[in-house]
Amino acid sequence: MASYSTNEFKGGLKVMLDGDPCNIVENELVKPGKGQAFNRVKLRNLMTGRTWERTFKSGESLEGADVLDIDMEYLYNDGEMWHFMRTDGSFEQFAADKKAVGDTSKWLKEQVVYTITLWNDNPISVTPPNFIELEVVETDPGLKGDTAQGGSKPATLTTGAVVRVPLFINQGETLKVDTRSGEYVSRA
Amino acid sequence: MSADDWRPGATLEVLRARAGLMRRIREFFDARDVLEVETPVLGHAGSSDVHLDSLSLGARTMNGDERLWLQTSPEYHMKRLLAAGSGPIFQLSRVFRDNEAGRRHNIEFTMLEWYRPGFELEALIQEVVTLIETVLDRSLPAVRLQPYRALFITHLSVDPLMDGPETLSALRALAAQHSGADTDDWSRDDCCDLLMSLVIEPLLGREGLDVVMDYPASQAALARRHIDHDGAMVAARFEVYLEGVELANGFDELTDADEQQARFEADNQARLALGKPLVEADQRLIAALRAGMPQGCGVALGVDRLVMLALGIDDIDRAMAFGTARC
Repeated sequence: MASYSTNEFKGGLKVMLDGDPCNIVENELVKPGKGQAFNRVKLRNLMTGRTWERTFKSGESLEGADVLDIDMEYLYNDGEMWHFMRTDGSFEQFAADKKAVGDTSKWLKEQVVYTITLWNDNPISVTPPNFIELEVVETDPGLKGDTAQGGSKPATLTTGAVVRVPLFINQGETLKVDTRSGEYVSRA
Repeated sequence: MSADDWRPGATLEVLRARAGLMRRIREFFDARDVLEVETPVLGHAGSSDVHLDSLSLGARTMNGDERLWLQTSPEYHMKRLLAAGSGPIFQLSRVFRDNEAGRRHNIEFTMLEWYRPGFELEALIQEVVTLIETVLDRSLPAVRLQPYRALFITHLSVDPLMDGPETLSALRALAAQHSGADTDDWSRDDCCDLLMSLVIEPLLGREGLDVVMDYPASQAALARRHIDHDGAMVAARFEVYLEGVELANGFDELTDADEQQARFEADNQARLALGKPLVEADQRLIAALRAGMPQGCGVALGVDRLVMLALGIDDIDRAMAFGTARC
């Protein structure tokens, strides 16, 4: 893997830091009048999702991380691992563990395409599409004729996710949900 | 390239304000009988400053194929004018520094540099303050002189000028704490530079203008060295900060040709150690110093940053017509 110098650090570049693959979020040059220049770098640790801030001497370099984002279709859960298949016609399958799937487990629906981040060919994170359509399996009965804005109630979806929905939504309906905020958008 | 990249980064309103600011700078010096000069952007020598990276290009001159350097500052040429008897001079020029790109840095930028033969540092500092007030058209509530050493003692509880391994390890520990970097093999100056940039600089110029003085002797660049009140050897240098931004850098200028030659050689040793390209000593500058440059002070001020401060802009790309990204 190539290594990258601080002046090549750009948003989206994947590098290794303290043994973990990281995504560079921001890179800012600071320099005292006549002295050594430094780069203040914000990185997101792709294993933990946490953001780190580090300062490097300008010209220092970091090893690139062999990280790839690939579209894959969700297949099934075998009780321990979540299985995905590439959508490029190769039908190649990958199994992601609990750590990689994380909070995304509540948005996993069969045949939907997710972005899987692979590091050295191992899935390290699963990103859902921004919007997903899911069926309501449980909620309090809807109030007839109440289509006004205002009140809301919890609804449990097929994947186990719980979202706040308007009072008129009934069990069995399919909803469009924003996975980034976990908010109800509309009826599908 | 995006479809909108042809547009200037600065609005027309900013460009008009910028033109007004340049005009006020010229009026300021005209009123003080300081001569405007123009010196080459391309020179046979580059800057020896260890932490400045020069850009160069191949040119076909009357001597055949030569490598010429884009100037990182007009100082060498302006000092030759001083040695030739120019008297006080100023210049608004384009300068170039490779690798310097960011919210406050653009590879090509506009520098105001002026020299005052016969001035002591205090008189030049006063003139810098007056210039900034004139150009920004506001009076600065306070001007504080801050010794470099006192800033470190106040904000970091370490005396950066104190010799000894304890000071170095304290500086390294502080640098590691504030950067997250492994600083075990960092030099004293690297640690000080980091702490200055990350910890102290953001605090400066918040209540008016802060002028940092008496830099470590190791950071003298082209300034003379002298003994401070506490008996330590320091550089007769100052930097001006406003709203956390470094605006200007001034020297009590070194006029000793032998000392200058020695510093060029020391700079090259430091460059060699850092794996940076060597820069030949500018023999024309050495010859000018040998012929006799009058004692005096000089200062360089970043004009684009002054525009940023005047107009409340936080990205240098919006203070100039076309920054490097869109040039």
